[in-house]
This record gives sequence, C-alpha cells and structure tokens, in this order.
Amino acid sequence: MKKIVKMENLECAHCAAKMEKAINDIDGVVSASVSFMAQKLIIEAEGDIDDILRKAQKIIKKIEPDCELIL
Amino acid sequence: MTKKQKRELRKIIITGVLFIAAAVCFAVIEVPGNLRFIKLAVWIGIYIYAGGNYIVKAIRNIARGSLLDENFLMTVATVGAFFIGEYTEAVAVMLFYSVGELFQSVAVGKSRKNIASLVDMRSDFARVIRDGVQTEVDPSEVAVGESIIVKPGEKIPLDGVVVEGSANINSSYITGESAPAPVAAGDNVISGTVSLDGLLTVRVEKAFEESTVSKILELVENSSVRKAKTEKFITRFANVYTPAVVIAAVLIAIIPSLITGDWGVWVKKALIFLVVSCPCALVISVPMSFFGGIGGASRKGILIKGADHLEKLSKADKFVFDKTGTITSGNFVVKEIRPAEAFSEGELADIIYTAESFSNHPVSLSLCDYCRENGASALSGDFSAEELPGLGVSVKSHDNEIYVGNKRLAVKFAADSDEIPDADNTAVYAVINGRFAGYAELVDSVKDNVPSAIKYIKEICNGKTFVLSGDKKSAVAFACEKSGIDEYKAELLPADKVAELEKIMNRSDGATVYVGDGINDSPVLARSDVGIAMGGVGQDAAIEAADIVIMDDDIGRIPLAVKVAKKTMGIVWQNIIFALGVKLLVLLLTLFGVSSMWLAVFADVGVSALAIINALRALK
Repeated sequence: MKKIVKMENLECAHCAAKMEKAINDIDGVVSASVSFMAQKLIIEAEGDIDDILRKAQKIIKKIEPDCELIL
Repeated sequence: MTKKQKRELRKIIITGVLFIAAAVCFAVIEVPGNLRFIKLAVWIGIYIYAGGNYIVKAIRNIARGSLLDENFLMTVATVGAFFIGEYTEAVAVMLFYSVGELFQSVAVGKSRKNIASLVDMRSDFARVIRDGVQTEVDPSEVAVGESIIVKPGEKIPLDGVVVEGSANINSSYITGESAPAPVAAGDNVISGTVSLDGLLTVRVEKAFEESTVSKILELVENSSVRKAKTEKFITRFANVYTPAVVIAAVLIAIIPSLITGDWGVWVKKALIFLVVSCPCALVISVPMSFFGGIGGASRKGILIKGADHLEKLSKADKFVFDKTGTITSGNFVVKEIRPAEAFSEGELADIIYTAESFSNHPVSLSLCDYCRENGASALSGDFSAEELPGLGVSVKSHDNEIYVGNKRLAVKFAADSDEIPDADNTAVYAVINGRFAGYAELVDSVKDNVPSAIKYIKEICNGKTFVLSGDKKSAVAFACEKSGIDEYKAELLPADKVAELEKIMNRSDGATVYVGDGINDSPVLARSDVGIAMGGVGQDAAIEAADIVIMDDDIGRIPLAVKVAKKTMGIVWQNIIFALGVKLLVLLLTLFGVSSMWLAVFADVGVSALAIINALRALK
C-alpha cells in the first residue's frame, strides 16, 4: 500500500535524508522517500500502515522535534 | 516571511547592534584586569541571546541520541572559542550562523512557494448550474455530469465538453503552447486552460481529483521523491564527511597539542574544523536545483516525473523516435503518380481527380489537392458515385466507368489485372473502363517542426537519432530522410522494437531516450533510459507509462527539455564543486595556520547562501 503524507516544519535538508534512511528501516516498509522540497513523505508498506506511520512520526520527531506528519 | 522567521530576524538585528556596541565599547574602554569578568559576562549574555535556541536544540538532540547535528557542532565550536578566550569570534560565529539559517529558511520557503504557484493552475472556484441557478463552489464539489459556466478571462476549473458557446482557449499553462485555439460546442476542454474571449457552458467529464490540473500538480510535487543519483551520492557523502571532519578536529586538538604543548593554537584550529564540518550547502542546494529545474520545465509544457529522469536526460546521446504521430502527422500526401504504360501522368491525374472529388476521406482530399495543383481537371460527363466499403469508390457516367481504391478493387475490376504492380507505400489504384490506368503513391507527411527539432537535438547532445517503426521500409526511409534522422529500422513487430532499442542502447554509454505517443509503445517507453510521451494532455495511459510527458505534440519541446536538464545538472555540479572546494580549501588553510573563525563561517554560511542563490537559477 502506498501513501503520500504531507509534512509540516521540515526545515533541515540533512534531517530529511536522515528521516528517510530511518523510516526505510522500519519493519514492513517497502520503500520510503522524504522530499525536503515538497515537504512530503511517500511511503510504500506492507501490513498495518497506520502503525507504521505512527512509528515514522516518532522517528521524525526524534530527528526534528518541530516536524510533524499531517495525517 | 513567516512569524518564526520575523522573530528570528528581529533577534539577529538586536544581536548585531549589541555585538557592535560591545565591540566598540571594549575597544575604547580599557577594562581593568580585576574586572575582566564583566567583559566575559557581557559577551556570554549576547551569545546566549543569539544562540540560545541552537544550544537548547543541541542538548535536546543529544538527549535523543543524535550526535553530530549542526546545532551541536556550532555549540561546541562557539563554546570552545569562549574557552580559548576568543569571545568576539564566538559571538560572531553564532550571529552569522543565525543569519545563514534564516536566509536558508526564507530561500527554501520562497522557492517552494514559487514552484507551487508556477505549477498550480487550479481554479479557486467553479460556477456550477444547480436547479437553474449559478452558484460558485469549490471545484472539488462539482460532480461529473454537472454543467459549469466559464466566463471570458477565466480559467476552466474542470475537464469537460463544451455544450454551449465558443471561445478561443489559451492552454499555455498546461501545454506551453501560446497560440490560442478555438473551441465550440462538442469540443473537449481541459482544466487549467483559459477562455480568452467567450462564455462557455461546459459539461464536467472528470471529477476534480481526476482532472488534468490535479494530476499535473501531483506529478510535479511528487517528482522530488524520485531522487537523482547525484542527490543520493551527496547524502551518502554528507554522512561520511561530517564525522570525518569531526574526528579530524578531535585529533588536531589533541595530538599536536600534546607534542608542542601549544593547546590554544591547535584547539582553535579544531574549532574552525567543526564550523566547516556542516554539509548544509550541499544537502540543501542539490534537491533545490532539481526541484527548480522540474518546476521550470513544467511551465514549458514538459512534465518530468523524477529528478533521476532529469539527470539521465542530461546525459542522453541517443534519441529513438516512433514514426507515426511523432515524426509524421498521420496526414497522407502524394509522393508520386505512376501511370500504366498506355496512360500519361495527366490522364491518370484526371481519372483520379474525377473519382476522388466525390469522397471526403482525408486521403482523397489530399489526392484531389495534388491532382488539382498539377493541372488535372475532371472528365466531362454526368457522373454518379458509389462508395465500395473496404475497397474505394466507383463513379460512372454514360461514357466512362471508373474505379479508384486499393489494390483489391483494381484487381477485381481491371481485365488486365496481371499488369498491376505492388506499390512500396500506401497507394491508390485507378481502373477506367476495365483497364488499369496506374496508381498514386502516398506517404505520411513529416510534421513541420520536426527537421529543425532533430537538428537542434543533434547539436546540443552531439547525439544520434533513430526511428523504430512498424511501417513499411520505404515510408520510414522517406520520413527519416525528410526529417534528418540518422538511422531507422522498419517493419518491426511491437516485440522487436524492444530488442532493437536494446541494441541501440548498447552502442554507447550515454543514456537512450525513446520518444513515442505512449499509447501502443509502453514496453519501449519503459525499457529506455528516459521514456518521453508526446501529447500527454488527457492521455492518462501515456502519462502513466512515461518518465517525461510533453503535454502537446510539439517535438520542439524535446530539445528544450534537454536544455533544462543540462542546465540543472550544470547548476548541481557547480554547487557541489564550489561548496566542497571552498570547504576543503578552508580546512587546508586552517591546518597550515592561515585561517580564522571568520573564514570558517563564510565557508559554512556564505557558501550555503551562494549555493542556494545559484540553485534558484534552475527555476528560470
């Protein structure tokens, strides 16, 4: 299942790269891409997408505390 | 500027004023030795005001286990500067760092907005007719089948069919084509185009989410997800660069100091290393350039579905084209008239003209035009015509009986049917009173702007051009010769096309571009390095299959796309080389002792700013 989620307050390009790497490591994620310019997360995952997005949100918060997924 | 940015700006201005005031004061007034702590306290005060938020962030991030982020590096560098007594430098570094961060955030926000507004040709409202009354609603609330009114000068909000009215339509936002096109009842109109002068009633055919504008917008916004190799490389590089420089800084601080005992000098060098260790300039400017390039291209009617495609297109040296619909227009023109032995060219032209003037078929029209231009006139007599489906046409008068059509028809009605040759191309045969009179050969005409576009492509890419076609050899050869294409393969089955494309791809290392209409050549589009579909407006299948979509069928946009790609890649590499070059230079200078905190701040913030300004050029 593929999902495109908008992001808010993504201000650091290097952080976006870090998020992308970490989100790709979540169990069940087939591919994930964080676009710094478009402020979007595009994620393809198997299984419980909501749970995966919750995990992704945690990772994002850890890397850039103000940044949020708009679910 | 956002509120946050304004707050930041105010802070920077205040810090700047305090900084200058303090610097001047301490230069003029000699602070007595026992009161030196006042000086330190003042500088620390300004420092905390300027950089407090970065310090807090740094601490918070360490608590979360993320070391080596830029806040942390800056904090260590500036706190370190305090310890070695470089108060002014410490505050200045923090101040300039804030300026750089603010500039970055403003520039990024601005280019995001610019690009979004470039691409966003959606209307804010649709004027829908409900129960006989016009109401303005959000375009997403209009259902398929409802009628909307579009006034002169307004954007058409949704895809549909004109049911009433006529207007000239400007579709430059969507296709890049600036010449207006007329529409009237029964014609399709596309969302995002503008009615220049007429009042139109349009029956909506597609819901808002499915409309052309929504799809284009989505495509361009999501294009930055498909990252170019260069961008991935830079990300990986940044992951190595920062730790490497930090480790170098630690070593520089400790080892030479233990040997020479000169801690102050070497710790300072190490701190300068820390300031330069941030990879921001690279990490921001590379995706920004790609985003700008893609956004700019979309304004020219070229949709690029990912930064990786842009990157490959810039390296293309082989361009493969489909023939029909891409190189040729699908309009048949007469190539030659070949009379049978007993007939002259003029006689044959008269016969064909007589019969074909009764038909409205595009081929017949083009035949009539040709015969008339060559002085043909209709045979005298009162003719009556009859269509023979699948064969051609028969016209009869008191004196003459003429059949004009395909070979089967000629064989059927000519007594001397053994005489009838096979034509190389599409041909129209003529029989008069039971005798074969000859035939006219027709070819698909090359589109007007194809030769110049091909020439341009060869020029800017120094590349080769090819045609792969299922058509007859002579027709393909004719089209290639007319358009200046180097090589061709004809009479290919769809499956052969992929194999032939692969042969071409193996010829050189550069990327291979395939250009087709995207309708029946999706396997080839997919197999090529960059698949370009022409005439994408309203063709969902084509948009799906291709990497790059040319919105109208103007082949001249292909060299344009290549130019955008080359320019964007140029900017990307300028930024990479410039940013890395300056940073490495400053690292070296620092090592050999001719450097300062000021230079380091320039290598970090200044270089970022310049790289961002350069990246903004890609949009143009």
